[in-house]
Amino acid sequence: MKETTLAVTVVVPSLLAKVTGDQRELRVPVEDVATVAQVLDRLAAEYPVFDRRVRNELGAVRRYVNLYVDGEDIRGLNGPATRIEPGQELLIIQSVAGG
Amino acid sequence: MATAGTTVLAIGTKKGLWLATSTDRVNWSLSEPHFLMNEIPSIGIDQRGGRTRLLVGARSEHWGPTVFHSDDLGGTWTEPENGAIRFAEEDGAALERIWQLYPDAEDRPGVVWAGCEPISVWKSTDGGEHFELNRSLWAHPDKDQWGAGYGGAAAHSVLPSPADENTVHVAMSTGGVYRSTDGGTNWTARNHGISAYFMPDPNPEVGQCVHKIARDPEVPTTLFAQNHHGVYRSDDNADTWVSIADGLPTDFGFAMLTHPRKSGTAWVIPIKADGERIPPDGQLAVHRTSDGGNSWTRLHTGLPDNEFNVVLRDAAAVDASDPAGVYFGTRGGSVYASADEGEVFVEVASHLPDVLCVRAATTNDGGR
Repeated sequence: MKETTLAVTVVVPSLLAKVTGDQRELRVPVEDVATVAQVLDRLAAEYPVFDRRVRNELGAVRRYVNLYVDGEDIRGLNGPATRIEPGQELLIIQSVAGG
Repeated sequence: MATAGTTVLAIGTKKGLWLATSTDRVNWSLSEPHFLMNEIPSIGIDQRGGRTRLLVGARSEHWGPTVFHSDDLGGTWTEPENGAIRFAEEDGAALERIWQLYPDAEDRPGVVWAGCEPISVWKSTDGGEHFELNRSLWAHPDKDQWGAGYGGAAAHSVLPSPADENTVHVAMSTGGVYRSTDGGTNWTARNHGISAYFMPDPNPEVGQCVHKIARDPEVPTTLFAQNHHGVYRSDDNADTWVSIADGLPTDFGFAMLTHPRKSGTAWVIPIKADGERIPPDGQLAVHRTSDGGNSWTRLHTGLPDNEFNVVLRDAAAVDASDPAGVYFGTRGGSVYASADEGEVFVEVASHLPDVLCVRAATTNDGGR
């Protein structure tokens, strides 16, 4: 991603770094205010496998993947429509699941 | 790495894929796990065109399902960037699990079929790198009568006829057997004679819980079915089915295998009952018929005296060698192989995660 001051930082879990070119932090330019879905859409164009890991074909965030905007779970906000501003962080963490 | 003349046994489990290799199908070496923490419910080994391609349907609880392929026997794996199997926006669905990856006949190179959850059938013409949804089955008028078994609602068996490229049989749980005779444009339920004792009408047109179907190698219009209670054969391309359960200790089970060459030879692995899912008497055994199900022989040499884990529908397979190899794995993570059509089994692996799928083939290309 091109470096810009108007950007959000997406923090990628280590398990997904192999589908983001070994990058754990991705800078995504946003002009003013965007939604989480729009940020993921922009990443999808460059990292389609990453996008398939995080979201399904319907655009829904996978059940055991959690997204946080500056530490707040988007499921408690507006889901993928949650607004995110330049300078904020979108943190992706796999949830506690499995046996 | 396998060499020419090596048999590869691909073992898909709840937590990864293992590749066992053997030059005599008796002594086996086991690889390190591939795709650790991904369940592997489907494997296809495609040896057409002088190349051995492993196709793997993987699913992470976190990161979802996808298809990988390897042309060097697991040395490297490739995943199409946009996904080999992917619903379009207009379909209004998301892929949950890939239950079946089935390379078509030798004279249809590149054609691979997939059966998936939600119930759907897909066809690839490029060796499994990209699949197209069969939208006529997806929009079938019976769809609202299809349901989910315990494992999920899926098309788990896809059997193209080697004799007629327009004929394809599909089995789904629950829903039953469907057949197309026009290349997948129209599909018709074909369950006459198969009981669905768990429904208000025990003999419905649709709604059977077929667990696995297999096709006779010499007579493509003969099929075998292991149902949720019921073992059947059809001699008329699935128009009608007759019970062949007499002679078996129980009619419940998941697996159904047919011989790669011998007409009328099939294997099942009985389970005590729907409500008691263990091998009968806690003794694991394979049962083989060589006369189309008129009689059965219990085979258990080399298997443990006590086993309380069952064998799931795709956790059993045959290879194409002569004599045919028979392979299966249990939910307890034990894997067994027979180099002589089931007469004697050896343990290939133990203490793996639940075995979901096994497939075997002898390589003739040294893993190119």
